[in-house]
Amino acid sequence: MNNVLKVLGCSKSRQRLGVRQSSAAFERVRKAPEGWRSPRPGGILLLLVMLGVAATASFASAADWLQFRGPGGTGISPEANLPVQLDAKSVTWKINLPGRGLSSPVIVGDKIFVTACSSTEQDRLHVLCFSAKTGAKLWERQFWATGRTMAHPKTSVAANTPCSDGKRLFCLFSSNDLLCLDLDGNVLWLRGLTRDYPNASNSLGMAASPIVVGDTLVVPVENDSESFSAGIDVATGANRWKRDRPKLACWATPVLVPDAKSGQPLVVLQSGPGLSVVDARTGQEAWYFTDGASTMSSSVFAGGVLYVPSKGMAAMKPGAAGVHPETVWHNNQLSPATASPVVLGDKLFTLNSAGILTAADISDGKRLWQLRTTGPHSATPVGFGKHLYLVNEKGLVQVVDTSAPEGAVVSTLDLKDTIIGTPSIAGRAVFIRSDKALVKLGGS
Amino acid sequence: MKPLSLILLAAAAAAALPAHADFKADIAAIRQVGGEGKGNPQAGTAWHSLAKGDAKSITSLLAAMDDANDLAANYLRSAVDAIVDRELAAKRTLPQLDLEKFISDTKHNPRARRLAYELIARVSPATGEKLLPTFLNDPSVELRRDAVQQLIDAADKALAAQDKAAATKEFSNALTYARDEAQIKKVAGELRKLEQPVDLPKHFGFLTHWKLIGSFDNAKLVGFDTAYPPEKELNLAAIYDGKLEKARWVDVATANDYGMVDFNKPFGDLKGVTGYAFTEFNAAAARPAELRLGCKNGWKVWFNGKLLFGRDEYHRGARIDQYRLPVELKAGRNTILVKVCQNEDVKDWTKEWEFQLRVCDASGTAILAKDRPATPKGPAGAAKAEAKKGTK
Repeated sequence: MNNVLKVLGCSKSRQRLGVRQSSAAFERVRKAPEGWRSPRPGGILLLLVMLGVAATASFASAADWLQFRGPGGTGISPEANLPVQLDAKSVTWKINLPGRGLSSPVIVGDKIFVTACSSTEQDRLHVLCFSAKTGAKLWERQFWATGRTMAHPKTSVAANTPCSDGKRLFCLFSSNDLLCLDLDGNVLWLRGLTRDYPNASNSLGMAASPIVVGDTLVVPVENDSESFSAGIDVATGANRWKRDRPKLACWATPVLVPDAKSGQPLVVLQSGPGLSVVDARTGQEAWYFTDGASTMSSSVFAGGVLYVPSKGMAAMKPGAAGVHPETVWHNNQLSPATASPVVLGDKLFTLNSAGILTAADISDGKRLWQLRTTGPHSATPVGFGKHLYLVNEKGLVQVVDTSAPEGAVVSTLDLKDTIIGTPSIAGRAVFIRSDKALVKLGGS
Repeated sequence: MKPLSLILLAAAAAAALPAHADFKADIAAIRQVGGEGKGNPQAGTAWHSLAKGDAKSITSLLAAMDDANDLAANYLRSAVDAIVDRELAAKRTLPQLDLEKFISDTKHNPRARRLAYELIARVSPATGEKLLPTFLNDPSVELRRDAVQQLIDAADKALAAQDKAAATKEFSNALTYARDEAQIKKVAGELRKLEQPVDLPKHFGFLTHWKLIGSFDNAKLVGFDTAYPPEKELNLAAIYDGKLEKARWVDVATANDYGMVDFNKPFGDLKGVTGYAFTEFNAAAARPAELRLGCKNGWKVWFNGKLLFGRDEYHRGARIDQYRLPVELKAGRNTILVKVCQNEDVKDWTKEWEFQLRVCDASGTAILAKDRPATPKGPAGAAKAEAKKGTK
């Protein structure tokens, strides 16, 4: 494996990120739930990257869910006491949405943000804000798509999950419209990335989500034609950098890893050929991985290790400019399908197309058990403590106790609607958006 | 006009503008927004100012969308959203009469007029219902769609009541005005069940008669950026060295409801190849128009010898109006050349090597050539069998 873990020398000094180190990161670590892997040699790196992640959330609290798969893009909430035994009474509220979508909700404090698209051409873009507590709509803004809106029927133009730095909301749509609003619905800036780069689109639909790193928004626009990722100034919407990417459609969302030398966050850009790991503020490549990667399922970084869907699953400790990433293990029997892998406690979980949930030991990648769930799944599991929430495409929520000897589905709830998007967690509640509605499970 | 009249007119115009003095400057700041974030800081500041306006400013904001670029229009419409939310939350009214007047002027931005209509329908659903039938021939695709839907609903009711004559009349009327593909498909299907003739290619404005030539190489996708002879000269009698054999122009006329032109038919099911299609469009008058293309192969389009656009995406899907290419038709002869590249993938779902192209205006209304040939008649059942190929 080492022969495919390559390092690109990078002698140019890297500009430091202008970020605040929030105590929220320490809170997250201190409040790590039961089953969360305790610090180990890689724990320092974890702490460092958490600092980097926290920098994106300087204005947010530990209970917020700011991006696709929430804190650090792990899909794991640091909260406890979420609903496990689901039944009809678990639905705290349900509100209809004005259009379709599969983007995840983003939660900042008591505000929950959702995107949707409507009209026969899906060219009406909606950004909605609700009270997380009551479900009351606080505001809505609409925009017209400036890019192409064609998408496979299974997806839609509201596919990419927004992200937030705690004071701004960044919404990307499949049309490559990129909208920045404050949390009260005031428009700060707008971009039309297909307008700027006319061949940047995917006739199946785009779905990779942006992430915010300090004062840079990283936007993946990877497709078969004018393929790129960009770092955008959160204050103005102008490009800080724009990097050509493989001409290949990709729906995987970037994740952050720490630079092995400095601990500063680096952005993992994933595509079919592998990974390009870049400085968020400059776009300069620090290291790369060329043994292939999924174009659907996103990598996850947890416990100091990056887990990459690559010919199964490849686990590696991140590198840096001049530092090789270190292979931890590779298991070709851990291929996820659409859903991304998730690490909970000392186990890595993948979901295949048949709905088989596979648990593997994160230390060596060996398979521990497999659990047949009711699929098919597109949503990535999210979890807390020892439990995972799986939601299949027909709206069946399944709660899995991962501490059971072979894993066990402990409860189910049928929401009876098409659900492709990944749930979000905040305020001891699970927020699930279907193609028609937004549902809150639990919380108070 | 007398000086006094001019003064009164100017005074009236000034009175119609929102009160705050910077309104014009704010509008200008938003309208100057451009590509790659240019002008965003100024536009964002202006947005905050405009969004604080009251209901009286709404129609001025809508009017500011006239000739504005699409980013500026989005700034303006979201400012309207903010004002409307605040005004309605405070139990204040919207300027309904001004909005109706704004809608009635079809020179305004069609999307702005649609937004004005939705505001009216939001505060007065009855007024919205009353206005709908007036939009049957509207430049706004969305307004027209809702108006046509009323005709379709009436036709469906007539059908349910087994009144075929009334249903035929309503469906025929609906087809006359329908521009939305889903509505057209529904109405055409119903009319055919009622044994009424429907010429869908003509309704859409699909070009059905082409000269095709193939095949040139596209192994390893080299063809997309390779200028083969048809790009260098227009000589329909020429014979060139093709990838497998001599390449010569052949006549193709498609009977497909959605104008699909299939290269596989004259040249065989080839992979890793490039073909060209050529046709002429005899325009009645010079005018703006759109060439609308659907294609799941790599493609380039030239209009009157000028490259409009090209895209090297393969087999990610195709649909009617997938790509909209604005052009200026000149009176008389215009030429259209389409390059279609097929990749080397051998999966079943990558066999298609085809495109569809129509000429229409911004609302999707067909622009027909002066000498448009009759739509070819396919073999019995062919239209039905192939219809789905050209749809979404």
